[in-house]
Amino acid sequence: MASVGSVDYKSIGLKVGLEVHQQLDTEHKLFCSCKAELSEGPHVTFVRRLRPTRSEVGDVDPAALFEWRRGRYYEYQAPLANSCLVEADEEPPHGLNREALTIAIAVAKALGSHVFDEIHVMRKVVIDGSNTSGFQRTALIAVGGSIEVNGKVVPIETICLEEDAARKVGEEGVKVVYRLDRLGIPLIEVATAPVIESPEEAREVALAIGRLLRLTGRVKRGIGTIRQDLNVSIRGGAKTEIKGVQRLDLIAKVVAFEVLRQLNLLKIRDELGRRGLSRDAVKLNPVDVSHVFSGTASRVIRRVLELGGVVLAVKLEGMKGVLGFEVMPGRRFGGEVADYARFWAGVGGLIHSDELPAYGITLEEVRRVYEALEADPGRDAFVIVADERERAFKAVKAVVERIQLAFEGVPEETRVALDDGTTRYMRPRPGAARMYPETDIPPVKISNDVIEEAEKIKPEPLNVKLEKLVSRYGLSRELAVEVLTDVRLDLVEKLIERYEGKLQPTVIASLFVVTLRGLRGKGVDVESIEDSRLEELIDLIAGGLIAKEAAETVLEEIAKNPGEPVARIVERLGLQRITVEQAEAIVEEIVKANIEEVKRRGAKAHSYIMGKAMEKLRGRMDGKIVADIVRRKIEKLQRQQ
Amino acid sequence: MEYHGYTGSAASVLRELGLEPGDIIRVRRPDGLDVEGMLLPRYGDSGEPVIVLKLRNGYNVGVRLTGGEVIERVGSVKRGEPGAPVPLVEEVEVGGSRVFILGCGGTVASRIDYETGAVKPYLSPEELSLSVPEMFRYASVEAEQLFAILSEDMKPWMWSVIVEKVSKVLERGYDGVVVAHGTDTMSYTAAALSFAFHKGLPVPIAMTGSQRSSDRPSSDSAFNLTAAVLTASRAPFAEVVVVMHGESGDSYALAHRGVRVRKMHTSRRDAFQSVNSRPLARIWPYDGRIEVIDGNFRRRGSQELFAENGFDERVAFIKHYPGPIAEVIDMLVDRGFHGIVIEGTGFGHVSSDAVEPIRRAVESGVPVVIASQTLFGRVNLNVYSTGRRMLEAGAIPVEDMLPEVAYVKLSWVLARTRDMGEVRRLMQSNLAGEISLRHDINLYPRWSYG
Repeated sequence: MASVGSVDYKSIGLKVGLEVHQQLDTEHKLFCSCKAELSEGPHVTFVRRLRPTRSEVGDVDPAALFEWRRGRYYEYQAPLANSCLVEADEEPPHGLNREALTIAIAVAKALGSHVFDEIHVMRKVVIDGSNTSGFQRTALIAVGGSIEVNGKVVPIETICLEEDAARKVGEEGVKVVYRLDRLGIPLIEVATAPVIESPEEAREVALAIGRLLRLTGRVKRGIGTIRQDLNVSIRGGAKTEIKGVQRLDLIAKVVAFEVLRQLNLLKIRDELGRRGLSRDAVKLNPVDVSHVFSGTASRVIRRVLELGGVVLAVKLEGMKGVLGFEVMPGRRFGGEVADYARFWAGVGGLIHSDELPAYGITLEEVRRVYEALEADPGRDAFVIVADERERAFKAVKAVVERIQLAFEGVPEETRVALDDGTTRYMRPRPGAARMYPETDIPPVKISNDVIEEAEKIKPEPLNVKLEKLVSRYGLSRELAVEVLTDVRLDLVEKLIERYEGKLQPTVIASLFVVTLRGLRGKGVDVESIEDSRLEELIDLIAGGLIAKEAAETVLEEIAKNPGEPVARIVERLGLQRITVEQAEAIVEEIVKANIEEVKRRGAKAHSYIMGKAMEKLRGRMDGKIVADIVRRKIEKLQRQQ
Repeated sequence: MEYHGYTGSAASVLRELGLEPGDIIRVRRPDGLDVEGMLLPRYGDSGEPVIVLKLRNGYNVGVRLTGGEVIERVGSVKRGEPGAPVPLVEEVEVGGSRVFILGCGGTVASRIDYETGAVKPYLSPEELSLSVPEMFRYASVEAEQLFAILSEDMKPWMWSVIVEKVSKVLERGYDGVVVAHGTDTMSYTAAALSFAFHKGLPVPIAMTGSQRSSDRPSSDSAFNLTAAVLTASRAPFAEVVVVMHGESGDSYALAHRGVRVRKMHTSRRDAFQSVNSRPLARIWPYDGRIEVIDGNFRRRGSQELFAENGFDERVAFIKHYPGPIAEVIDMLVDRGFHGIVIEGTGFGHVSSDAVEPIRRAVESGVPVVIASQTLFGRVNLNVYSTGRRMLEAGAIPVEDMLPEVAYVKLSWVLARTRDMGEVRRLMQSNLAGEISLRHDINLYPRWSYG
């Protein structure tokens, strides 16, 4: 098996295209006057079904059709605070949100893209229930342009403005539950050309685009507000669309694992050829082997049989070992096959011969399955599915179809990214996007007013921004570079400007890129700290109410108690800054208590006493002042002698 | 000169280059924009020099011609007829009953043109069977498109055409009829059918429509159509009903009596509500269940078919308002209208200065019928002196009848008789369930404020 480290991405022809979806921080949603925020408040529920519609050539998305035939229905939670009749698909959309349009144009301008003169809102058919209407409203704002990443020019293909989908909150059988608060939040989608040639480069391009978006100061932050989709292909493989990578640091891993998967699927194809097998020899010829398991120790199978289900087995001639072949870390080819069975038949899973004996299935049962299939245990493989008869049959059919695809190598798929960087089959890749005009919204003419507004919030180029941080705010170049990569860049700038002359820009910048990041490294959930809390903290520091040294302790506490005002946290922890008189008294006491040590150490007594003093004063007083007090107290003592 | 919807300089550029919608063109503008896409026709052109292209990725965009651009034709798309549709179910099981579906316009059975977004009607049984197969669980279905009009273009003469068509269909012995109709004026047509068939209807007539056009995945049309077919084929009543969503979700529909129903919301699926009456039944289209709410109805098969067709086209329907209403009434009489329905305020009042115009109308043989703009509750002209003077002037109050229903009824009555006494008697008699003399205390919706 190929491993991540051993791949030469250039030689295998890796091509990655990136789609960055970023929620905009607008006041209202894209097509209604609801606040563009999530809500955990009270909601009402209703159920709906979505029906596949035929395209102009009469065809239907097979996955959508399949879902519908299964009786799939959707339960919607409509929060009263953040959703209205528009999200409930009970009222036509209002006009396109001008604020969102302006931000999108600003981004397009910053990327050097061509903004269209008239924007047409389209309906993109999506019937997984995540849009109550059955389509996502989306508009192409601009084409062309580029972003430079490490000296390489990455062309931008399209910039779209679209509505975010509803938030999936649960699933039971054929029912899927969605919450409508997220539906309609404006998203900008920036898509690059498929020119990225390594996993690390994919991460860097995503980082660069994300940073540019944040430079507008008008995008949302935090988990779930930015999502990356990746198109990955290698020479001889197929274009795989990977949806929903939420974390930047996962991108390189997802790409690397996908390359690995494709390479290994190609190896499986070659291995099948070497064994002289052919696609046609894989037959849908399931055998009912329920009798083999009449007294089985496998609890799963026993339960199915008790409920009147069956165990179907299908022989895979000459394929011993193939299903056990690892395609990604922790994922065997058998798992890929099982995903198809899950999707197309709704079964819980399947069992294949390469993993047996296991799950309470004995060697003897394995032998008898081989016997029932008239198969050779030394050469052949099999798959068994235990479920109600019809579903088991559909599952076996899906298995056979997937294995037939193995003879071609890599099937075109849409996959979903998991938290460990691996991916899982989601559905077949849809054909050309099914799009038609949103007839409820007239085309939007891009006026000069909008362009002028956009120019005002157009993000400055990175080098300009960097110079500003260094020359105007006096940050060190090193600190400035860090600030540029910070997700809260806009807040840092805002605070630096607000406290100009009252608090050193370096102090503010360090709080974000040193203190906060340090805490994140310690596992503190700093992402969910709200901006307003950070503003409160900075305000206390600027007002001299606490020392900047106390920031770390306070931040840790803020993360733990998001609802508590920062001033109260400071009070509770006893971190209020103390007066110089109080500090002097404390230091004097320390000096007195350690008088012998001071005498013994002479000139070196300062650092010793300083250590003791900081134990009591850390976070309550600037270290420099403490050092000064300590020096004076020691000198005084020495003078007295 | 217009060119495929384009005007001004865009039209002349396209015409000059001989470019037609469907051509794939490449536009290179001096500012560097370089796009390729299919030229689309223009709708509602504002005269701006902007052409609309459908790009390969499916998006439509508007590109301004600034002069100096290079436009070339690089191909064209032959738009074929749509291919054979894919059935939504693997097998269609057909129920035992027979239902006839009559299409009278609206978006309940329509399909979108994917390029322009225009919606076109379809109603062939084949198309219905492929796109709404669920309805066949309850009945075999025949269908015919009678009108393909917008709901707001409906006129009284079309009610006559519908009544006649339904009569002919019923003579052939169906278990029920479904009338697909635009929602804006559906309740008027429902009332018209109710009066025309009030003396003889052997099976249900279920009217239905959609609030979300049927080209959308979230359309309510299949749900409503299926519920209507279920009602037409199996309901225990032989009434004209409107069958539409009972709530926002796709759970049940309500069968409202045709003379008691009103569209009460511009856009919601459950826009149709019974006023001053309860719906006849809850209809569960996915489980095939009909749950009777109000059992006071004409039973299926209890009557022979008997239609009284014809509607007077010269009836005015006006609303009282704080303004020169007296003049409006006088004008209608002078213009030779045959009857006037007034939505009065509250109990049914008009301003004092309109009493004499009413007297003049009645004396000229123009009946003046009074309903209330409050919709809920009963007209009563005995409580205040203006009302008593209106009665004395000859106004005809019609109890708790909906104003629109009073209008349709007067149109139907005037086509039978112009005799004032007979008009009064018919207007004040309950013919099709449009009047009830008793309202219990719960017969009124109260809004919830959480």
